Amino acid sequence: MPTVAPLDLEGHCIAAVFLGDVPHFALADGTVHRLDHGHKMVQANDGLLAAFHDAANDRLITGGEDGKVFAVTAGGNASELASAAKKWITSVAAGPQGAIAYASGKTAFVRFADGKTREFVHPRSVEGLAFSPKGMRFGVARYNGATLHFPAAEGKPVELEWAGAHTGITFSPDGAFLVTTMQENALHGWKLADGKHMRMTGYPGKVKSLSWSVKGKWLASSGAPAAIVWPFSGKDGPMGKAPLELGTRGNAMVTAVACHPSQDVVAVGYDDGMVMAVRFADAKEVLLRRPGKGAVTSMMWDKEERRVAFGSAAGDCGVIDITA
Amino acid sequence: MSDAQTQIPVTVLTGYLGAGKTTLLNRILSENHGKRYAVIVNEFGEIGIDNDLIVESDEEIYEMNNGCVCCTVRGDLIRVVEGLMRRPGRFDAIVVETTGLADPVPVAQTFFMDDDVRSKTRLDAVVALVDAKPLPLRLKDSREAEDQIAFADVVVLNKTDLVTSEELAKVEATIRAINPAAKIHRTTRAGVDLTEVLDRGAFDLSRALENDPHFLEAHEDHHHHDHDHDGHDHHHHDHDGHHHHDHASDIHDVTVQSVSLRGGEMDPKKFFPWIEKITQMEGPNILRLKGIIALKGDDERYVIQGVHMIIEGDHQRAWKDGEKHESRLVFIGRELDAERLRKSFDACQA
Repeated sequence: MPTVAPLDLEGHCIAAVFLGDVPHFALADGTVHRLDHGHKMVQANDGLLAAFHDAANDRLITGGEDGKVFAVTAGGNASELASAAKKWITSVAAGPQGAIAYASGKTAFVRFADGKTREFVHPRSVEGLAFSPKGMRFGVARYNGATLHFPAAEGKPVELEWAGAHTGITFSPDGAFLVTTMQENALHGWKLADGKHMRMTGYPGKVKSLSWSVKGKWLASSGAPAAIVWPFSGKDGPMGKAPLELGTRGNAMVTAVACHPSQDVVAVGYDDGMVMAVRFADAKEVLLRRPGKGAVTSMMWDKEERRVAFGSAAGDCGVIDITA
Repeated sequence: MSDAQTQIPVTVLTGYLGAGKTTLLNRILSENHGKRYAVIVNEFGEIGIDNDLIVESDEEIYEMNNGCVCCTVRGDLIRVVEGLMRRPGRFDAIVVETTGLADPVPVAQTFFMDDDVRSKTRLDAVVALVDAKPLPLRLKDSREAEDQIAFADVVVLNKTDLVTSEELAKVEATIRAINPAAKIHRTTRAGVDLTEVLDRGAFDLSRALENDPHFLEAHEDHHHHDHDHDGHDHHHHDHDGHHHHDHASDIHDVTVQSVSLRGGEMDPKKFFPWIEKITQMEGPNILRLKGIIALKGDDERYVIQGVHMIIEGDHQRAWKDGEKHESRLVFIGRELDAERLRKSFDACQA
């Protein structure tokens, strides 16, 4: 029977992550809390808007209302990496070789590990950012499509067009596919080799959480009363295939998803705070946490595949131990 | 509508550069009214007040991918409102200042069309600041100035000290012709009582038309004015001589028209399909619609309001004893076929 170690905080949790083996919870007020032999806290941004877990460097990249970008590492060290004056930093991402990207208004910035920064100005607002897992390449979600930049080289960006407002972006772990979340209740995908489109529609709500399963075979998503899990193992991704619908509930919406690091299992968080783990193969469900005070906003598995850290919109966060 | 108690009210300020938006904003931020405001501006510009909750945002208009040309939202507002609402304890209300040339429609529609924004905030009112002096010129060279007036719930007719009383009467008549449903305040230095601008509930069906007891009566024999609240000027209000046509064609350079309809009790089986059809077909031409409907066999007043194709309706309150059960409906828009609207509206009567 899974057990929950609760951490009741004040405010909206934007990211729940493990740094080292310590669970960290980044709140909208810019405080980053951790459970490290007791409850400890460090202040990063004055107002947090976006956070990205940089797995390669075991740190959390944050951007906020103060126009600053911080890196928070295990042990409670928050260091400022960049500043964009008074404008909000609305999106952050981390890439290979210690590079990070952040966005403010219509400009995306890439900061390399040596501190050098490049700016990429777009005709419209930069809504989302993601690095490709291979090579020095990053994608921008924008109105009417996505733009791919190669920040280490000169040359023209690649424009991928699809009508509508694209708000978030992710590359598949093998770098073959690019998927965006949209203002309307849909995902859009491109097969990067040939630019083929993939439409993933039918959601009753906006998709705000995406998670790739081990080796990128599946893409789990929120935005429905079930976790919608699209098959990406074929060469054309999910085209012509139906997604799995896992953890379906009649009276709740899925708000966060986090795939297991090594097995075809997804942790599913709902708008009432409930968390379940569901296996892809037989849709078997295990209750991990009963409903709480607010919607689940963020989840992450630890490296030992034993615990799930979760954050909520109402601040009732915690760590689930599935082996206990 | 979700729980109104947790929804933060949003006031939208429109108006041309120089009309007095910044002056009004500074008053909202500095006067002692016991409320805290978050302000979303296009540029920090001249707001002389240091406030953490002034957010700069680039106007970003998104067309929704649903095949409807008038379904536009402000993408930047979705993002900023979502960010602000993650820390809701910091403010009691939000003011959105638009650029001089901004189209107010996407701003307003954001608060109806985006589920996240809609669940956390509610559009309170659209306030247009109008500089009395250059208005005739503005209407000549831009459609935006007209749209801003047509779309407003409250018009602050500012800098009235810089025009003669004849000019002022003319300007006000023009505004009235564009938008018969808006409340007009004559001011100097944007000196309107803030309670006339904030917390109006103009989109709140239970309050919308209650604010204005003279709703739609501008077309009757008398013409109502709101008096100045700054006490500087007391203009002679010209109560005769205006003859209000539904069409603004007698006033040069005005392309927006309003169609005001009045009737008796409506047959709900006819009225609802009719309003549905009208807004579907004429949606792109309709900027705003507001109405109080008497439904046959219904003890309560039914109120409706709409923006383009979005319409909302609800029972408001019981008819009072002796209150005349009549239906009133105003459309503000362009290329409206007044005759056809009137005939088809009349045909919905019980």
